[in-house]
Amino acid sequence: MMLPGMDPSRGRTPQTDAEEHALVDALLAGNESAFIKVVRELHGPLQRMAQVWVPSAASAEELVQETWMAVLTGLASFERRARFRSWVFQILINKAKTRAVRDHRSVPFSALVGEDEDPDGPALDPSRFDASGHWTKPPVDWSGAEARLGDKQLVALVQKAIERLPDAQRAVVTLRDVEGMDADEVCRTLGITDTHQRVLLHRARTRLRAELEAHLEAKPC
Amino acid sequence: MLSCKQVTEIVNDFVEGRMGWRQRLSFHLHIGMCRACRTYVRQVQRTRDLTGQVTDEPIPPAVEAELLKRFRGWRDKGGGGPGT
Repeated sequence: MMLPGMDPSRGRTPQTDAEEHALVDALLAGNESAFIKVVRELHGPLQRMAQVWVPSAASAEELVQETWMAVLTGLASFERRARFRSWVFQILINKAKTRAVRDHRSVPFSALVGEDEDPDGPALDPSRFDASGHWTKPPVDWSGAEARLGDKQLVALVQKAIERLPDAQRAVVTLRDVEGMDADEVCRTLGITDTHQRVLLHRARTRLRAELEAHLEAKPC
Repeated sequence: MLSCKQVTEIVNDFVEGRMGWRQRLSFHLHIGMCRACRTYVRQVQRTRDLTGQVTDEPIPPAVEAELLKRFRGWRDKGGGGPGT
């Protein structure tokens, strides 16, 4: 039985150091098409991340625009040790945290570091197993249900399910699986430990699978 | 011997390729014999792959135009440093 999927290095836009340096140089030189390219590529992901921290789409939009201005202001002092993309996300997240504190809202990854791990109980419903840890309700193969729905609908389901995740899980799974960052990059961007990243990703993927399962099994053939 | 419940608790380390050889061996032993857990592992991988297909909204043209305006303003005020 072949089980594919040991490819931790998925990346939506893999960029070499040389490409990144060229991009930063072009921006510093005032090259408009370089700016438009990077804005088009990162605006959506930034908007998505911003919504983890701020309550409305409008304030997320504002936060993203502020981030772009801070990117320009800080560009000359950007140390090229970090990935450009991570650096931009870090600016956004710092601004978001400042804003959350100002507005007296709770900040993901300050409170959530402890909070996110237990209150919702185990990620997978414990009643799925008997006392010895065997399945009482084993997972059912999805291929039949999947053939009816099609990827587009399934992706839409996943997208909605992501929005319902607790903030910290949402942030991690968004950066890892939607944006294709690797574990190290996510840890640096969010300022969390590797262990924490691992736990949050596990929980997020477990929940997303369970949500898909609920939908796929709700519509029997 | 791993139980099915334990398999679901460590499945992500398997998917991430970050198991030690001993754990990977017991994981493989279990899923080699257990169809339900094989299905489960495949579903977690499938979920991750579907998540990778989630796409972002394109930037609204008005926002892009506004950002470009500010970019020009930044550049015209000296932008990235001396010499520009």
